[in-house]
Amino acid sequence: MSYARIARDGLWGNNVVFAQMLALCPTLAVTSSATNGLGMGLATTAVLTASNVLISSIRHLVSAEVRIPVYIAFIATLVTLVDMGLNAWVHELYKVLGLFIALIVVNCAILGRAEAFASKNGMAASAVDGLMMGLGFTAALVVIGGVRELLGSGTLFANAHLLLGPAFAFLETTVIPQYKGYLLMILPPGGFLAVGFLLAGKRLIDKKLAERETVAAVPQATAG
Amino acid sequence: MNLEALRGKLSYQGLLLGGSALLTSGALAMAAYITSADIEAAAAEDLKQSLAQVLPSQYDNDLLSDSVTLPGPGGEVTVYRGRRAGRVEAVVFQVAGPGYAGPIACIMGVDRDGRVLGVRVLRHKETPGLGDKIEPAKADWIHSFERRFLGDPPADQWAVKKDGGVFDQFTGATITPRGVVKAVKGGLEFFEHERGRLLDEVKS
Repeated sequence: MSYARIARDGLWGNNVVFAQMLALCPTLAVTSSATNGLGMGLATTAVLTASNVLISSIRHLVSAEVRIPVYIAFIATLVTLVDMGLNAWVHELYKVLGLFIALIVVNCAILGRAEAFASKNGMAASAVDGLMMGLGFTAALVVIGGVRELLGSGTLFANAHLLLGPAFAFLETTVIPQYKGYLLMILPPGGFLAVGFLLAGKRLIDKKLAERETVAAVPQATAG
Repeated sequence: MNLEALRGKLSYQGLLLGGSALLTSGALAMAAYITSADIEAAAAEDLKQSLAQVLPSQYDNDLLSDSVTLPGPGGEVTVYRGRRAGRVEAVVFQVAGPGYAGPIACIMGVDRDGRVLGVRVLRHKETPGLGDKIEPAKADWIHSFERRFLGDPPADQWAVKKDGGVFDQFTGATITPRGVVKAVKGGLEFFEHERGRLLDEVKS
């Protein structure tokens, strides 16, 4: 499988949230703002890439019958190690990301990629897959968080400096000044609404793309 | 030996599971051993920082090592004392109030006259965008307690405006500030009640 294909699958075609419909629990839980989505996405990307490489490196040793408990043990250990390491040595970052790190354990996308990709492919391809799936997940979370934050409180990337440092304070924008706020979008139902409408949007785009492809393919078919 | 044939054996499954468990728990134990000192130091540093936020002035003792534990409104309360020349000038302790989604843990500093020096929220699960205005990073509300004491406002006005008190509530979130006000008021009552022992002027 080519790297370009892996990248396209991860970012769009087989996107964790909008195509595989995995990891919905952390998705709905943390996307009350674009900044939270970004933090969760980046933390997941790091763990997903590392876990894919790890699983790929032991794939010949693990037998099919007991692979799930073995994968779970390794992934849970990896997440816990990251959690402890951040807490001990990068405490400032941990105070911001700590909540997200613990939530990664419940992210079935990690086990999903271990099972669907890393257990069948080499380490380099698995690393790229983990990175691309992670970035696709990050993009999805930022978009969902952005929509909810914009409609819910009229801002975008509020408190980004707490996550990325003061240099990124420029990201924080108040899109609608004096906005009264639309509470529903920040509460859990808003998460379902945003995911639902964005999902419908992606399906529409995919349908349009597929139609254009068939139209473009027809003359070629007659010519060939 | 052929890995393919080996993987099919029943004993291999058991050994593999056992080996993975041993390897992962070993890695965790080692990591816990390596990081525990640093994590403890970071937690102490956090505590020191939150103490410094509610105790604005300088004290000449080490607050973390000068503490007293007393029965308070919600179980035992550990009180840290700031001294100048041996006299207790201010105390810091944790209080908790009922929030919209679980308890709100606050830390508050009180000077020896019973005035609030500062209040900070340590942990809460309030609704983002509504109840989280109790955090100083999101709004100035938490500063409205500073310099207040039981008497300013009078005890029956230690409440949010909706309940006839003097403290603002938030649009769409009354329960959260109500919980914090209740926690701070409870903390001041605890201070008045235990004043002698807290200030180290009565031997307990």
